[in-house]
Amino acid sequence: MASEATRDHAGIEVRLEGLSRRYGSVVALNELNLTMAAGELVALLGPSGCGKTTALRLVAGLEEANGGRVVFGGKDVTGLPASKRDVGMVFQAYSLFPHMTAIQNVAFGLTLRRKTPDERRRRAGEMLELVGLSGFADRYASQLSGGQQQRVALARALAIEPTVLLLDEPLSALDAKVRSRLRDEIRRVQLDVGITTLFVTHDQEEALAIADRVGVMQAGHLEQLGPPTEIYSRPATPFVAEFVGLTNRIAGVVKGGGVEVRGTRLPLVMADTADGPAIALVRPEAVSLVVDGEMVPGPLVGTVIATAFLGATSRVTVDMGDGIVLAQMPTSDAGALTAGTRVRLALRKDPVLIARDEKATTEA
Amino acid sequence: MNRSQRLKLGIFRVVVLLLMGAFFLMPIGAMLEFSTRGNEVTSPRTLDAWVRIAQTPGLVKGIYTSLELAVITSLGMLALLLPTMVWVRLRLPRISRIVEFICLLPLTVPAIALVVGLKPLYIWVNINITPSVLALAFAYLVLVLPYSYRALDAGLAAIDLKTLSEAARSLGAGWGTVMLRIIIPNMPSAILNASLLSVALVLGEYTVANLLNFQNLQVEIAYVGLTDANTSTAVAVGALLLAFVLLMVLALVGGRLQQQHYVPGQRA
Repeated sequence: MASEATRDHAGIEVRLEGLSRRYGSVVALNELNLTMAAGELVALLGPSGCGKTTALRLVAGLEEANGGRVVFGGKDVTGLPASKRDVGMVFQAYSLFPHMTAIQNVAFGLTLRRKTPDERRRRAGEMLELVGLSGFADRYASQLSGGQQQRVALARALAIEPTVLLLDEPLSALDAKVRSRLRDEIRRVQLDVGITTLFVTHDQEEALAIADRVGVMQAGHLEQLGPPTEIYSRPATPFVAEFVGLTNRIAGVVKGGGVEVRGTRLPLVMADTADGPAIALVRPEAVSLVVDGEMVPGPLVGTVIATAFLGATSRVTVDMGDGIVLAQMPTSDAGALTAGTRVRLALRKDPVLIARDEKATTEA
Repeated sequence: MNRSQRLKLGIFRVVVLLLMGAFFLMPIGAMLEFSTRGNEVTSPRTLDAWVRIAQTPGLVKGIYTSLELAVITSLGMLALLLPTMVWVRLRLPRISRIVEFICLLPLTVPAIALVVGLKPLYIWVNINITPSVLALAFAYLVLVLPYSYRALDAGLAAIDLKTLSEAARSLGAGWGTVMLRIIIPNMPSAILNASLLSVALVLGEYTVANLLNFQNLQVEIAYVGLTDANTSTAVAVGALLLAFVLLMVLALVGGRLQQQHYVPGQRA
């Protein structure tokens, strides 16, 4: 595709240094430190109000920081207004200028940069081609679907050859099918152009699917920053474990660097956990179910309540008598597990985290 | 709704339209009739009164003055109100109620009370700045605030001001560019509405001008009416028709501008 024409600027390193933002007495962002390598896509993930959007708006210059610095490729841009920062931005709300056609929208930033009409037309055309909308150049926003509007917005953001691309929940307003397609499209374009990208989302699937690294945020600070696989399989804190993916909360006892859960000893992620009763956080896919002859009642034996078909995998809900445990497994293994089947749990010996609170129920 | 009910409603609508039309048009028709009368009851129809408009220097001057005032007031209103309202919506939503209150306030102050307050100010302006009648534009700027505010507020509410301006700024647009190239083009009918209301108000304004001893169109009409009722009536009809024409132009242009970017039945 247009890769030759678009790969005309390598990504640059973007650093957020001790970035803070307060609204009155509310701390929205608390000394956030984040270094994005050139060309990297970092996703900030977290519940609403965690500060992820604030972080993005501070990078864009749409809000002023109360402290800290934003550095693009070694240049401090903290004091620059949004219009001077050269960032490309895609918003959650549809943001195409209603009085301009798609190609006029894409060319808008180029007009402001005093490019010649020929240059504008060529570049804007290339960008529309990059997002697969060459045939829609003369449509107004009202004549485009939501997904198409967001793709034009992406083309518009990239047309100015920004130093950094900022995506503020660009997929949230779209329906599920368009969302996953556009998500992959955004990743393809981002890799194609090689631009450093900050992607803000509350949808963990989105973040895990396309990011080089995911930063999980809570209450204005980063809980964990790492590759998606690490975030998912080795969550650093109980918050991350419970926010990303489904997690069983199973009662157990911590003793000597391990935790005893329903008769199975599991290693701990954090070895210095104090001894005593605790709630272990166990992933559904670390739980397997065995059906064999002798179902002696015991801590590991339960009854299947329901089986949810998710496609390649299935999720089985098991009533243990004193709580619910979720197990996830390939659909081919879940066939026999109809409601009412007696099963025995087997826990994979992955390191587990201990929940901070003492709520003794097991839940998803 | 069945057929006879629909028919009844249709008849009702026509009757209301005719009654209201008669209510509005009869005085204008009467004025038109009066302005084309000859000197005697038996004289044939004549356009003498209309011709005399051009021969009455005071009236011609009054027409120019009022048109100038209308243009200055409209532009001044837009220059003052539009950036203020945008800024308040984006940056100071807390004070939006206060701004609204201030803008609507002139509606509650009788013209005579306003003049009492303005008189000393205008004496000072008259001596120290300019004796020109165009200084009236300041007073008119206050008078048109409530109407213009309402019209512009509706226009601003119809667009996603925050997202559009942030998108433009991230693309490199300063605030001036955002105003001129993004916000204004997206609310053409609201701006036309606000301007037309200002123009209509200024063209018909009599009290303030008269009490402050300025000669605008309405003051001249009243003055000429003392000696030549036919001509003053002719000008009054003319001013009314001008306002109607402006309204029509607004409706047509506004509708066309909207159609350009919005396909009926779809929403952005």
